[in-house]
Amino acid sequence: MNLASTSIATLRRMLLAGETTPREIVESVGTAISAQNETIGGYLSSDLERALVDAEAADIARPLGGIPIALKDNINVEDHPCSCASRFLEGGYLSPYDATVSARLKEAGAVLYGRTNLDEFAMGSSTENSALQQTRNPHDHDRIPGGSSGGSAAVVASDMAVAALGSDTGGSIRQPASHCGVVGLKPSYGRVSRYGLVAFASSLDQIGPLTKTVEDSALLLQAIAGGDKRDSTCLDVEVPDYTAGLQQGVSGMKLGVPREYFADEGLDPAVRVRIQEALGKLEAEGAELIEISLPSTSFAVATYYILAPAEASSNLSRYDGVRYGNRVDNGEGVIAMYRGSRARGFGPEVKRRIILGTYVLSSGYSGKYYLRAQKARTLIQQEYQQAFQRVDALVGPVSPTPARRIGEFADTPLQDYLADIYTISANLAGICGLSVPCGTVEREGRELPVGLQILGPHLAEGVILRVGRAWEMIRDAE
Amino acid sequence: MSERQSAVPEIDVGYVAGLARLDLTEEETAQFQKQLGDILAFVDTLSSLEVEGVEPTAHPAPILDCFREDETDKSLTREQFLRNAPDTAMDQVRVPKVVDS
Repeated sequence: MNLASTSIATLRRMLLAGETTPREIVESVGTAISAQNETIGGYLSSDLERALVDAEAADIARPLGGIPIALKDNINVEDHPCSCASRFLEGGYLSPYDATVSARLKEAGAVLYGRTNLDEFAMGSSTENSALQQTRNPHDHDRIPGGSSGGSAAVVASDMAVAALGSDTGGSIRQPASHCGVVGLKPSYGRVSRYGLVAFASSLDQIGPLTKTVEDSALLLQAIAGGDKRDSTCLDVEVPDYTAGLQQGVSGMKLGVPREYFADEGLDPAVRVRIQEALGKLEAEGAELIEISLPSTSFAVATYYILAPAEASSNLSRYDGVRYGNRVDNGEGVIAMYRGSRARGFGPEVKRRIILGTYVLSSGYSGKYYLRAQKARTLIQQEYQQAFQRVDALVGPVSPTPARRIGEFADTPLQDYLADIYTISANLAGICGLSVPCGTVEREGRELPVGLQILGPHLAEGVILRVGRAWEMIRDAE
Repeated sequence: MSERQSAVPEIDVGYVAGLARLDLTEEETAQFQKQLGDILAFVDTLSSLEVEGVEPTAHPAPILDCFREDETDKSLTREQFLRNAPDTAMDQVRVPKVVDS
């Protein structure tokens, strides 16, 4: 039996009943990696020897005792590599400290053993921008897994991992979860500490779980959420019990359906059918569907592609070849060393975003672009606040299409940006969002997963997890 | 419409890359010039948005100032700090020549 195909919740019950051991679980993960990673390419590295030592020492009395968790390769774990899928950090870099989420997972008894692939520095939505390796969608190896947390989604979907963490700046957890058919949660901004997550766009980034079930998502969020003195944007407010209300169902809940999401010409007709079927079934279970208008949907992508590159261009200035990373020194002084190290270390998408960000922040243009986008952001946030006065959560698609073919938009990055339309606003507004598998659509003889997105108010993770669990129960009863 | 399109400023990719301390090849410069031109024309759709009197949002956390006691805490050791440096000398990071002598 491949124990890596099992949920955290089930493995925990088995561990406590003496039906398995942390060692057996790690061995199962190792066997699955040996069998599949060469094809899927979800992991950049793994250290099963160290994991076996940690598994032997794991305290199964703790909430995640003995459970192996894979981490996106932009989350630091002391003495583990952290390449961000970039040539800049490839090779010898070893993290000098634990990210807060890593420390909390260790404290909860989890075993940290593997690093998953991503678009370089989390910039992208296909994992094709990894400088190190191609990750393939487990449902069709010619297709992308989504991204940027494509490695995390692919290893959970292919049962090479029990569960994983990713990061979501504009949909980077929810979209790959949707494309690979797993559950992905982007917590509200400030719910989970970003300390030790390699910064891409600091006002948008958030760490969250990719799991096989909604219950597992709740269990992982429970372990990593809560205030942190090392991240001043992480809120020091009480963390509720996320598993307590999971089974309450949707009867009596008000679910908003954004009109603009379904009016969008880019929405694939087969994806639309899957989502509408799901909404109908939630309604049949007693949820009230209410049409909502989110006019800002039309300018959210433009707002994001000003603000995120602006923040990225500033954050990535730290990669100068001085304190860490791979240096290129041609002997012409320190400035030439910076320029050469960055030229060799960064891939095309990272360079594009640094240039775009530098431009929109530059003298004479920052008012036209950056400040205007910050104001647009306020309008987007206000629109969600108004919507959540009328409804408990919003429901709709995660992505307008199922996973596209590898290489399809290689020369037209703007095409990929436009596909972020349903996920990007949640990051701009700071609210939480969940992607849960909702059937498949057929493409060229393959069944490709579709994700249902549930968006909730700031810090209302309990609400969206409850709706997600209700949907799982409906789906699994069929 | 044509007026707004012509109002999209032409980005000088080579110049901006220099500001960002980034060497580009000629091929990269030409490719990015086209791609970033398309992206800028797209994000310029924001110029038609009415934002008069709207306050800008820098980040979405409902938090303004964050204070702590001014006390020293555990930090990285010198060895941990230097372990990832490409070049070190005398327990310090070494860089190429900064000032012409």
